[in-house]
Amino acid sequence: MGTFIQQVFNGLTVGGIYALIALGYTMVYGVMRLINFAHGDLCILGAFIGLTLLTGAAGSGHSGAVLLLLAFVLAVVVIAIAGVVLELVAYRPLRKADRLSAVVSALGASLLIENSIMLIWGPDVHVFPADLLPATTWSVAGANITFVQVMIILSSVLLMAALYFFIHHTRFGTAIRATAIDQDTAKLMGIKVNQVILTVFVVGPALGAIGGLFVGIYYREAYFTMGWTYGLYAFIAAILGGIGNIPGAMVGGVLLGLFNAFAAGYISSSWQDAITFALLIAILLVRPTGLLGEPDAGKV
Amino acid sequence: MSLLVIQDLVVSYGQIEALKGVSLAVETGEVVAILGANGAGKTTLMRAISGLLPKRQGSIRFDGVDITRTSADRIVRLGIAQSPEGRRVFGTLTVEENLTLGGFTRSAPEIRQSLGAVFGMFPRLAERRDQLAGTLSGGEQQMLAIGRALLAKPKLLLLDEPSLGLAPIMVQSIFRSLREIAATGVTILIVEQNVRLALKLADRGYVLEVGRIVHADSAANLLASPEVQAAYLGKAHS
Repeated sequence: MGTFIQQVFNGLTVGGIYALIALGYTMVYGVMRLINFAHGDLCILGAFIGLTLLTGAAGSGHSGAVLLLLAFVLAVVVIAIAGVVLELVAYRPLRKADRLSAVVSALGASLLIENSIMLIWGPDVHVFPADLLPATTWSVAGANITFVQVMIILSSVLLMAALYFFIHHTRFGTAIRATAIDQDTAKLMGIKVNQVILTVFVVGPALGAIGGLFVGIYYREAYFTMGWTYGLYAFIAAILGGIGNIPGAMVGGVLLGLFNAFAAGYISSSWQDAITFALLIAILLVRPTGLLGEPDAGKV
Repeated sequence: MSLLVIQDLVVSYGQIEALKGVSLAVETGEVVAILGANGAGKTTLMRAISGLLPKRQGSIRFDGVDITRTSADRIVRLGIAQSPEGRRVFGTLTVEENLTLGGFTRSAPEIRQSLGAVFGMFPRLAERRDQLAGTLSGGEQQMLAIGRALLAKPKLLLLDEPSLGLAPIMVQSIFRSLREIAATGVTILIVEQNVRLALKLADRGYVLEVGRIVHADSAANLLASPEVQAAYLGKAHS
């Protein structure tokens, strides 16, 4: 029982992070039918920016909570701006070009960000400060649940609920969904499609920056290729839930996290990726469009 | 002053000219029909007016404003709404969400008011307001596409093939609604393959053939014209 609860919490923590990052992939894909390969790198850039503030301000006398809050705000703002720049520089000029050009541009942007991180922060693994957050641990039926885990799970749930509300219960959110279904008809409604695309490139990277910083805080490390590692997991979570579908990315992220945790906890952590991906392949064989995805509706 | 004036409009897809110099005018309060076979350029004309296609040559003026190079979203704000060919409802959004999006350029109270008017005109949409648009029948989707365009409270309503693929009884019902809409004073430019119904609704008509206007006359004269009868109404020359 202890192991089970432990793995549920481990899985929810990692799953929440995957989901936060996966939302950026799925929102951009939904609106533009483009995989933004630079998204994972943007998220980890967020982690490095947060880390720099945390280490730079260490010993400034502010409490860990205040510093952490500042780190999140800074990372979110910078990465949201970076997302807009990415769209304007790497994708907008290719809007009418064929899809492969945009994919190449995305891969190029990914390499550019990754290498910039290496040039600025170096190739070494950076360690996140340990004493930022209370080391409180709760014992629940033999499982140890840390403060960081609870913080990550609660914030992920809150952020996802906020996003869901924005997308499904506001005017602009409905406009985003309409644009994802059919851009030309969205224009006939008076929707400014470029504005929708920019919004997606603000919201996705902003959530991703939080996810990236959570990765750093949870594993207490950051390195420049981390964008690929976690970007890949999140991308797979988006596919698992049905890429383009926002609740799908949330479900896919959490499921992938749980798969991972249970594979590590009950079988072997060296087999966790193999088992996770075997499950993923099995699910995609049964539902090729992902759990909540549907075949391109509205496209004739 | 005419509400819509199109002069010498040329629109091309790559090397292929779909419109080869089209000129026409629509007066305020009129219903004007564009007739023509498949591939004549009717949908191209509608998409060009709404700003979805770039123009190679010529001009479009609406309500005294040159909209030849105006973006699609601004054209909606100026007062042109379109019910596009194939209806193009947002299938995974509800009926009410579709209608509300039609009023995207307007305020919430204005939307509520127009929503009531559209539900009054199409009670079936009111019954299905929380249903996903993709689950509606073809006729209901057409009602939704027209209602969605009305939510923009347009000065000019563009209707692209509202009868396409619908059962005859549904076509009758849609055209009854269109007559109601015309009676409220909305100017209508309609593209339609059902020539007889379109000319009964319209005041005037233009015949488009491979990108050019070949006839322009009152609806009554077009209905009586031997050429139109032979080409579009299936009657032999007498």
